Amino acid sequence: MPKIKMPRSSPSLDMTPMVDLGFLLVTFFILTAKFRPVEPVVIDMPSSHATIKLEDKVMLITVDKNGRVFFDLGNPVVRQNMLKNMAERYPAVLQPQLTEEFVTRFSNLGSFGVPVAQLKDYVMADESDRADLDKTVSGIPADSLSNELGDWIMAGYTEFVRYAKDEEGMTDDDLRKKGLKYAIKADGDTDYEKVKKVVDTFRDREIYSFNFVTSLEQEPKK
Amino acid sequence: MAEIVGNEGGGGGKHQKKRAKKGRVHIDMTPMVDLAFLLITFFILATTLSKPSVMEITYPKEKDVENKDKTRVRDDLATTILLGKKREHLYFYHGRFKSDTTVLELTDFSKDGIRKVFLEKNRDILEKIKTEEKNYQENKITEEEFIKRRRSIKGDDNAPFVIVKTLDKTPYRSVIDVVDELNIANIGKFAIQDMAESEDITLRQTLAAAGQTNE
Repeated sequence: MPKIKMPRSSPSLDMTPMVDLGFLLVTFFILTAKFRPVEPVVIDMPSSHATIKLEDKVMLITVDKNGRVFFDLGNPVVRQNMLKNMAERYPAVLQPQLTEEFVTRFSNLGSFGVPVAQLKDYVMADESDRADLDKTVSGIPADSLSNELGDWIMAGYTEFVRYAKDEEGMTDDDLRKKGLKYAIKADGDTDYEKVKKVVDTFRDREIYSFNFVTSLEQEPKK
Repeated sequence: MAEIVGNEGGGGGKHQKKRAKKGRVHIDMTPMVDLAFLLITFFILATTLSKPSVMEITYPKEKDVENKDKTRVRDDLATTILLGKKREHLYFYHGRFKSDTTVLELTDFSKDGIRKVFLEKNRDILEKIKTEEKNYQENKITEEEFIKRRRSIKGDDNAPFVIVKTLDKTPYRSVIDVVDELNIANIGKFAIQDMAESEDITLRQTLAAAGQTNE
C-alpha cells in the first residue's frame, strides 16, 4: 500500500497578540516612568542594608563633598507657593524680583543651591550656564547666623501642608501617617559636621526624624 | 492583523491580469516580540531600581542627651563608639568614661569587627526578638503585633544603649555605617553626639600610641 503523505506545513504561531501585549506594556512603562531629576552635583552616597525605599513626597536636602547644601521639593505648585512664601520672608531681596517667568521657571527646577540673593540669576540662566554655575555656587547658607535653609524648610513645609489640605483633602491624621518626609542625601566623604548643621537646622524647627539616602550595600565592606 | 493579505479575488479591476499571483504574505513577528519584551524588561528594571533606599534615624529632642538625668542609662548597658577623622579610626569602650582608666579598643567595619561587638552586647534582646519572630512566622501573632512587640523589646529599659561620638571632621560615611550596623544588630537605643574633649584627648593618645595621628 502506498504511504499516505500528510501535507506538511510548518507550524506557525500567530504572534500578533503577543506583540500587541508587549507594546501595550512598553507604552505603559514609558508613560509611568519618571525622568530622573537633574542633579546639580554628583553625590557618592554611603551604602547601607536599609530596605525602606525613598518616598515620593520628600523634602530633599543634598550635601556635597565640600559641604554645600542644596534644597529640593517636588511638586511644582507647592514650589511656586514656596517661592512666594519665601519672598515674604525676604521682602528686600526677593520680593522686588518676583516676576511671572521667575516663578514658573523656578517651579520646574530641581535641586538648587544658591543664596536667596543670587537665586534669580541662577533660575533665569540657560540650562548649560546653570550646569556651570552649579560647580561654583556656594550652597544655601545654613549657619546659625544666616540660616536661609531654615527659611526654605519652613516655607516648603507650610506650603506643602496647605496644598495637601486644600487640594488633596488630607486631614491632620493623614498627614501624620504619610505626610512630608525629610530626606538627607550626603556624600560619604562629607565631614559629619556639615551634615550635622543641616540636621540641627531641622531640629531647631522641631523636626527630628530623617531619611538618610543610601545606596544598596554590597558585601564585603571595606 | 499579522498577515498582509495580497490583493486577490473580489473586485477584479483592469490590472488584475498583469499582476503575478500573490500568496498570503507572512511577516515573522518574532523579532518584534523580542524587541518589545526587551524594552519591557528595561523599563521595569529602570523604574524599580532608580528608587534609592533610605535609613531612618530619629534624633532626640534635647541636644544634650547626657546632661538630662532622665535619659541617664545604666553604665553596664552603655557602649560608646568613637569615630575619628579617618575611616579606620573606629574605637569603642564599654561603660562610663574615665579619662585615666578607660582603654579604647580598636575595631573595624568588617563582619568580625563592630558587628560582632554589637551582636554580643545585644544577645538577650536578639534572643527575645527571635522568639517573637518565630511566633509571627507560625501565625500566632499578627504582623502588627510583632512589630509592636519588637519595638517594645528594643526600647526596653534593660536593652543596651549605644552612643556614637563624632568629631567635626568625621566622614559621614562612618556615621552611616555604624548606624547601619546598629540596625543589623537590632539595637534600637542609640544617639549620635559630639565627642567630649576628654574623649578626644584619649583618642589622640591612643592613636599616637598606635603610631598614627588624628590629622
